[in-house]
Amino acid sequence: MIKKEMIAMLLAGGQGSRLGVLTEKVAKPAVAFGGKYRIIDFPLSNCINSGIDTVGVLTQYQPLRLNTHIGIGIPWDLDKNVGGVTVLPPYEKSTNSEWYTGTANAIYQNMAYMETFNPDYVLILSGDHIYKMDYEVMLDYHKANNADVTIACMPVPIEEASRFGIMITDGTGRITEFEEKPEHPRSNLASMGIYIFSWKALKESLTALKDQPSCDFGKHILPYCRDNGKRLFAYEFNGYWKDVGTLGSYWEANMELIDIIPEFNLYEEFWKIYTKGDIIRPQYISNEAIVDRSIIGEGAEIYGEVHNSVIGADVVIEKGVVVRDSIIMRHSCIGSGTQINKAIIAENVTIGKNVVMGVGEEAPNVLKPNIYGFGLVTIGENAVIPDGVTIGKNVCISGRTTPEDYPGGVLQSGGAIVEKDGE
Amino acid sequence: MRALGIILAGGNNSNKMRELSNKRAVAAMPVAGSYRSIDFALSSMANSHIQKVAVLTQYNARSLNEHLSSSKWWDFGRKHGGLFVFSPTVTADNSWWYRGTADAIYQNLSWLKNSHEPYVVIASGDGIYKLDFNKVLEYHIAKRADVTVVCTNSREEDTSRFGVLKMNEDCRIEEFEEKPMISNSNVISTGIYVIRRRQLIEMIERCAQEDRHDFVKDILIRYKNLKRIYGYKIDTYWSNIATVESYYRTNMDFLKPEVRNYFFGEYPGIYSKIDDLPPAKYNPGSCVKNSLVASGCIINGQVENSVLFKKVYVGNNCVIKNSIILNDVYLGDNTHIENCIVESRDTIRANSYHCGEDGIKIVVEKNERYAI
Repeated sequence: MIKKEMIAMLLAGGQGSRLGVLTEKVAKPAVAFGGKYRIIDFPLSNCINSGIDTVGVLTQYQPLRLNTHIGIGIPWDLDKNVGGVTVLPPYEKSTNSEWYTGTANAIYQNMAYMETFNPDYVLILSGDHIYKMDYEVMLDYHKANNADVTIACMPVPIEEASRFGIMITDGTGRITEFEEKPEHPRSNLASMGIYIFSWKALKESLTALKDQPSCDFGKHILPYCRDNGKRLFAYEFNGYWKDVGTLGSYWEANMELIDIIPEFNLYEEFWKIYTKGDIIRPQYISNEAIVDRSIIGEGAEIYGEVHNSVIGADVVIEKGVVVRDSIIMRHSCIGSGTQINKAIIAENVTIGKNVVMGVGEEAPNVLKPNIYGFGLVTIGENAVIPDGVTIGKNVCISGRTTPEDYPGGVLQSGGAIVEKDGE
Repeated sequence: MRALGIILAGGNNSNKMRELSNKRAVAAMPVAGSYRSIDFALSSMANSHIQKVAVLTQYNARSLNEHLSSSKWWDFGRKHGGLFVFSPTVTADNSWWYRGTADAIYQNLSWLKNSHEPYVVIASGDGIYKLDFNKVLEYHIAKRADVTVVCTNSREEDTSRFGVLKMNEDCRIEEFEEKPMISNSNVISTGIYVIRRRQLIEMIERCAQEDRHDFVKDILIRYKNLKRIYGYKIDTYWSNIATVESYYRTNMDFLKPEVRNYFFGEYPGIYSKIDDLPPAKYNPGSCVKNSLVASGCIINGQVENSVLFKKVYVGNNCVIKNSIILNDVYLGDNTHIENCIVESRDTIRANSYHCGEDGIKIVVEKNERYAI
């Protein structure tokens, strides 16, 4: 009989709508990060580095990019005879068929997958955080406490605590109470959305709540476990952990990689991060180019200036371009003479010549002011920007835009051009 | 595909690589920032749908074996065929090393005999090129040739390290000299041959009986008037890296956009072992001009007209000019490197000065690596 002590279930089905046009065509875990990676590489690499070789990846929203990225798991050494990585989309059943309606519901629908491995523990992960963590240490803590559920938590500044799910513990680490985004937090231990369940407790609670609509770990399963006398423990984690759920935090996390000795260091031999390396050729920096305080991916060709930016693989930056404080993802091309300030440019974007981007006074975005903020210009994948236009701040653009989309050659701060039909 | 592949990667090339070959076979030399020499032959074979490839190794094969530790990078991990690495072994009836290219094939003749593909493509591991072997094979069949030799115009004045040949109007090879001191042709063999498998077996067996061991001298040249040996001329990029000068020049060729575009832009590309290194990082003070930079590099100093291979660390105030820095080199602060090839995994102490005065200097320093 197959036996795995702990398997991981990675929730990768969410849209991540707060990333706006970046997740218009891809699920959030498949969004590029750090000039080379995709967000899901971090939990997947953590798994294999922690000795977990069986990972179910639950997909639902726009899974194409995610599926091609994961493949059979070769980059993470997850192509195993027994276990390895398995992509688990929602499926039709004989009596009913439903989408994954919530995090716990998605896990419940894959009970049969988990049972194949006869696990003692199940690690629940989400595919939207940047961190390095040894889940095995967390499992040791779980065992030492004879816990039913262990929740990884991070101390956050108390003034920010009201943005998180907060755990209140007794002196031993046992969770006595928790509050979701409390107005007056009583603790600063924020849940990181990483759980270890003992198999019995997981199976019992999922089965008990199987009819709960949109069954969610935070909202339903954890309260159920607490109310039924299960042993819930908080595992305090003090390393780097970054939620990249908003454009602001996504931009910030990328920029932090540029620091001379970044807090989140990708250059250490220990605890490598793996990704599908389909572009391997070296990058070229030309005679006219100026590059400083930046990280640049494989195969990029730089003929212009790049300052304080994260440039993805196979990006072409032509002569006379000045890029500052920006993220440019793979396969994008920036035409000559263009100036880019504080922008997030998704994959395969073509930007014309002499475009000026990210200038002027800030103004709230007309479409989604709470998403497109932070003074950022956000451009969705496959977008085309015509020559010579000027683009303000807090702007979002997707699709193949033409000069007619820019009255007077200008898109004011706070403007939005979202894709016309699927050209 | 109708052909097997054989890559001859065992030679040490009589010290023309100087200190660089102390460490590895020529076929394992790092090339173009992210690759090794043998990747070009392997990728061309994979891209031509040759699914069964043998690499014959002998000299200093540790680096090469490490590089070939998995065949999946070139897509050879198939149920049918795959990548075979043959080093000399002692058997009941043979205790020799490979005494030459023909002998290397002879010692693995059972592999050839047990295959069923009608043709064999033989290539060397030190050529930098892209080639569709299907086209050569079509040509070979159309010419009803016994052996087809892929050839090209030499880019070097001195052809004394190549096989030099002359063809008639029909492209049949009439003259073939191996490494002549003076030659009256600048058409050289690229060391890539297409030959019918049974024909190869027959020739190799005959050769062994006569106690001859070299494919070029003892087969091609001896059989040239007896058998139909044709030249297939290519005018695309081809370079042999087996001397320090040509190795240096070949790497520098990749600074040209047309060369990069030919190898990496045009489909299909070149594959190599994946190293899982982070993107290159440019810290304040870095100033890079006309250079290739591979992944994992951290640059704090000045780099000009150079190729930095994977995971090179350039300290503060360094100056690197016209140089090739191989994999995993640490350059301490204020180091000056000019006209050099710095051997891989070197640690260069701060304030060092290396300059190739006439020609290329090879820098090999085995200092303790300081903690970064």
